[in-house]
Amino acid sequence: MKSLEDLKQLRDEALKKMTMRYVKGGIRIQVGMGTCGIASGARPILQSFLEQIQLHELSNVVVTQVGCMGECAYEPMAELIDESGQSFVYCNLTPSMVRDIIEKHIINHEPIEKFQLTAKKG
Amino acid sequence: MLERIQILICGGTGCLSSQSKEIKAKFEETLELMSLKNEVGLVLTGCFGLCEKGPVVIVYPDETFYSHVKVEDVKKICEEHILKGRPVESLMIKNPEDKSRIKNMSQLKFYSKQKRIALRNCGNINPLEIEEYIAKDGYLALGKVLTEMTPQEVVDEMIKSGLRGRGGGGFSTGKKWQFAKNSVSDKKYVICNADEGDPGAFMDRAVLEGDPHSVLEAMAICGYAIGSDQGYIYVRAEYPVAVERLRIAIGQAEQYGLLGNHLFGTDFNFNIDIRLGAGAFVCGEETALIASIEGYRGMPRLKPPFPAVRGLWGKPTNVNNVETFANVPVIYLKGADWFKSIGTEKSSGTKVFALGGKINNTGLVEVPMGTTLREIVFDIGGGIPNKRKFKAIQTGGPSGGCITEKDLDTPIDFENLTALGSMMGSGGMIIMDEDNCMVDVARFYLDFTVDESCGKCTPCREGTKQMLDILNRICDGFGTMEDIDELERLAHMIQETSLCGLGQTAPNPILSTLKHFRHEYIAHVVEHTCPAGVCRELTNFVIDDHCIGCTKCARSCPTNAISGWPKQKHLIDLDLCIRCGACKKACPVNAISSQPLHEEVRS
Repeated sequence: MKSLEDLKQLRDEALKKMTMRYVKGGIRIQVGMGTCGIASGARPILQSFLEQIQLHELSNVVVTQVGCMGECAYEPMAELIDESGQSFVYCNLTPSMVRDIIEKHIINHEPIEKFQLTAKKG
Repeated sequence: MLERIQILICGGTGCLSSQSKEIKAKFEETLELMSLKNEVGLVLTGCFGLCEKGPVVIVYPDETFYSHVKVEDVKKICEEHILKGRPVESLMIKNPEDKSRIKNMSQLKFYSKQKRIALRNCGNINPLEIEEYIAKDGYLALGKVLTEMTPQEVVDEMIKSGLRGRGGGGFSTGKKWQFAKNSVSDKKYVICNADEGDPGAFMDRAVLEGDPHSVLEAMAICGYAIGSDQGYIYVRAEYPVAVERLRIAIGQAEQYGLLGNHLFGTDFNFNIDIRLGAGAFVCGEETALIASIEGYRGMPRLKPPFPAVRGLWGKPTNVNNVETFANVPVIYLKGADWFKSIGTEKSSGTKVFALGGKINNTGLVEVPMGTTLREIVFDIGGGIPNKRKFKAIQTGGPSGGCITEKDLDTPIDFENLTALGSMMGSGGMIIMDEDNCMVDVARFYLDFTVDESCGKCTPCREGTKQMLDILNRICDGFGTMEDIDELERLAHMIQETSLCGLGQTAPNPILSTLKHFRHEYIAHVVEHTCPAGVCRELTNFVIDDHCIGCTKCARSCPTNAISGWPKQKHLIDLDLCIRCGACKKACPVNAISSQPLHEEVRS
């Protein structure tokens, strides 16, 4: 260890691996992983959420999974709850849609209207 | 891949002995099978503190708290919680008030009333990875101290913080550092006293196992302050997990250049070695500890000269306890004023207590100084199990004394406990209920000190043995009133004439039980009865008229000594009774008690 700066750099690097343990508040993404969700491919969706979060080094996002949300026809679905507690349900997800959601909604705070359940159900 | 879930498994000695290693292996195996391995993190941490509920598993990010986890439960947790996101309710702790399940850690009263400084990382980080300690601002205090402060400023800050030795004496840590700094010598030493020996105290072990780096960092800071380049950790070989984790921690710190030469680009060098002790209680005394490191028999010597003047190999030495060291890095990160703002005026900061005995939440708690004993026992500790009545707390282990119900609202600090005739000690708290015989408790502690007396000075070697003989006599039913007076005389004599702290404090359990529970001693001697029903020779269990005839006692008796019809008063045949107390535990109306024999004959 040569200087305090080295140590701080090491600390920030190490913190990235532990974010899940210390996130309190922030954005929460809940992927529907009931039988219906799993059957329609929720796992790759979950994984691409994780990949994107890592790629963009987001530290205020928690990804969890929940059971069936009751709209099985629109699976795979994910509910995004932002800092203010507002909920956005995205449905019929694909990995490329996940990329858009992360970039537009989470980074730029612009919810994507057309992916949401309210838009699809009409 | 980013770990979306991290599973923290308690790896303290308590949970390790109830299979937490096997639980971790099972998690690994199950997650591999479900191909979830790279999105789930598994960490074996230090002690979470709530040992009663062990083995404990905490699942982040939601802090779901699973207690009493068995190897068979792992599959369920993986399938339900990890895969489908449905926390397993049956493994959560029940809220004693309304039987609902407590979902996460912050809802537990046990944690919400605590303030964790020394234990800040225990149960939070992986003690085997230095990176996790660094992520929690580890070694930042050392870096700050080395690059921005002079040694005198370091000592001044420590004096200002008001930190006092957590090993028992309560001497100002800053002043101790100042003495060692003032001694002029080419070589000085820093010693970490990890020879934790009080029965029932295990906070030092928890720190070493759960957060070894905090001790290493603090020792290096102390080394810089007093001008030393060599540290020793004196730890007992009875703590194999702590020793192993310390070894790994020292290796990692050396690898990162956080121990060794030219730390942070300065001219400061510091190395740490481990010295194993054989687990003698007297080696917790600093001069005996130093003798033991030098390779001699662990025996104390006269002070002065204090170790700060002439210590290890005749050189100035600073000895601090593990918990004291664990507080040090935080003081330099957050400032002495912050530390001073916690606790009471004369005792700043927090203290870790190990709760044991008759209490619901056995384990480690850290509370600000000035918290009352009642809060610790009834709020954090969860009260006494089986609806028994609280009788006393023994604080300070074999050197301390007992505190009774009337003093429960005293705010805890060094002065108040001493005024009550007990002491802070290392922080062991044994809680006793109405089923504990205080004479037997005094005998237990004395038995320990007789074993642990090093034999150097006569009052301690011979006096404690004499006292133990008298106590044995009283417990066996052969005691006289003169014995009680003799006991008191001996106790004062040993207190005044012993060489070291071990002898000076050994009579404390006797003196304090005599002070608060003299009637129990008298019951043993005059009425030949043990009111709590512990001393076998003096126990005569009798069922009184409150008996509702529920037959529970008769069913629990191992020798079928109890007879009686349902809904009628039962009777104990004292010739068959083996005084095990099973009936007393089973009785729902407290109708069974130990009574003097002659009354029984009369009725």
